[in-house]
Amino acid sequence: MITVKVLGPGCANCKRLDQMTRKVADDMQLDVSIEKVTDYGEIMTYGIMSTPGLVVDGRVVSYGRIPSQGEISTWLADAALATA
Amino acid sequence: MRTEQLTLPPTRPAWQLPTLVIVVAIVWVVVWRQLQNLADWLTYDLIGLPPETHLAESVNFFLYDVPKILMLLAGMIFLVTLIRSFFSPEKTRALLGGKREGVGNVIAAGLGVLTPFCSCSAVPLFIGFVESGIPLGVTFSFLIATPVVNEIALAMLFGLFGAQIAALYLVTGLIIAILGGVIIGRMRPERFVADFVWNVQSGQQMGVLYKPSWDDRIVEAAGATRMIVGKVWPFVIIGIGIGAAIHGYVPEDFLADVMGSDTWWAVPAAVLLGVPLYSSAAGIIPVVYALMGKGAALGTVLAFMMSVVALSLPEILILRRVINTRLILIFIMIVAMAIVVTGYLFNLVIG
Repeated sequence: MITVKVLGPGCANCKRLDQMTRKVADDMQLDVSIEKVTDYGEIMTYGIMSTPGLVVDGRVVSYGRIPSQGEISTWLADAALATA
Repeated sequence: MRTEQLTLPPTRPAWQLPTLVIVVAIVWVVVWRQLQNLADWLTYDLIGLPPETHLAESVNFFLYDVPKILMLLAGMIFLVTLIRSFFSPEKTRALLGGKREGVGNVIAAGLGVLTPFCSCSAVPLFIGFVESGIPLGVTFSFLIATPVVNEIALAMLFGLFGAQIAALYLVTGLIIAILGGVIIGRMRPERFVADFVWNVQSGQQMGVLYKPSWDDRIVEAAGATRMIVGKVWPFVIIGIGIGAAIHGYVPEDFLADVMGSDTWWAVPAAVLLGVPLYSSAAGIIPVVYALMGKGAALGTVLAFMMSVVALSLPEILILRRVINTRLILIFIMIVAMAIVVTGYLFNLVIG
């Protein structure tokens, strides 16, 4: 199973990234657990300063912007291959 | 530090989008230069209003300003987003690291204008700056510059009042940010910062180095333009509507008594009036523009605009998570006083 974390205090962009990631994971029919991290202390442990951030299997893949669906699916596919 | 380049295979030839941008820019300029003619034609020929009446003047002002300001807004947001795609809070932090106060304040104020930054990122940014040892005064220069020099306001001033006034706005905004940061830095601000900030253990800077291509930058800038214009256009129309009514119906020099440069209390009153008001710069500037045509002094209306745009309570209150109310009040006081001084200065120099 792939663990994904969406880092962000709950602003509009963070919500959008969360929805996009869920949609991509659904479309790819992957077993993904998506968690929203809103606590500032926890967000900071990933070393980012600009939200929203996206963490796939413990690795920050993007921050400070909303990546495209194509990028998200690439990261999820990579993670799926790595765990398989 | 692990650095990886995340670039997806290009989907279209590299020349295509940049060429499209250039073509759109040319069309933009051509249309821009015909706007007054277009508005005249619409008002006097198509609608057939008799010239030199209040109604016709209001309608003409409205029909000229709506496309003009919306085009200006769209063009400027596109340009600003494109420029800002070369900056990020992480790069800014790296640039500010190890800078002393003074030089640090100057650089921080400049970067505050250039760094793309949404108010919901204010808290992580604050913690990130504090953590990497950037002095609080320098951090505040950044945090003051961001709202005080508003890129939309800058663009609109440039389009409506010309380069000189836009430059004055930019320079005074930067000076406010630099001095504000220096003053706060002298007040031992550490005592006002929430305890948890000092204890945050931030992880290693994750090594994703996102390096956008020109296509990525253009797509992002176009998206931002669509989003911001989509959000503020009703304010623009309302603002221009109010401006048009003032333009057509308020007699010349009517405001010279109340808002002219001779009224000493006008500037502080304008700033006080502006604090609770919260509007997008795009909505307030058409009103300001019309007020000036009726004898209001530049410093007074500029102070009003800066107060409305820069001192927006919801955005400042986000910072309460990391600093206490006293420092927030100090922050508001310093910015408000700086705006008052700016207003007097402009009235003195230009009025």
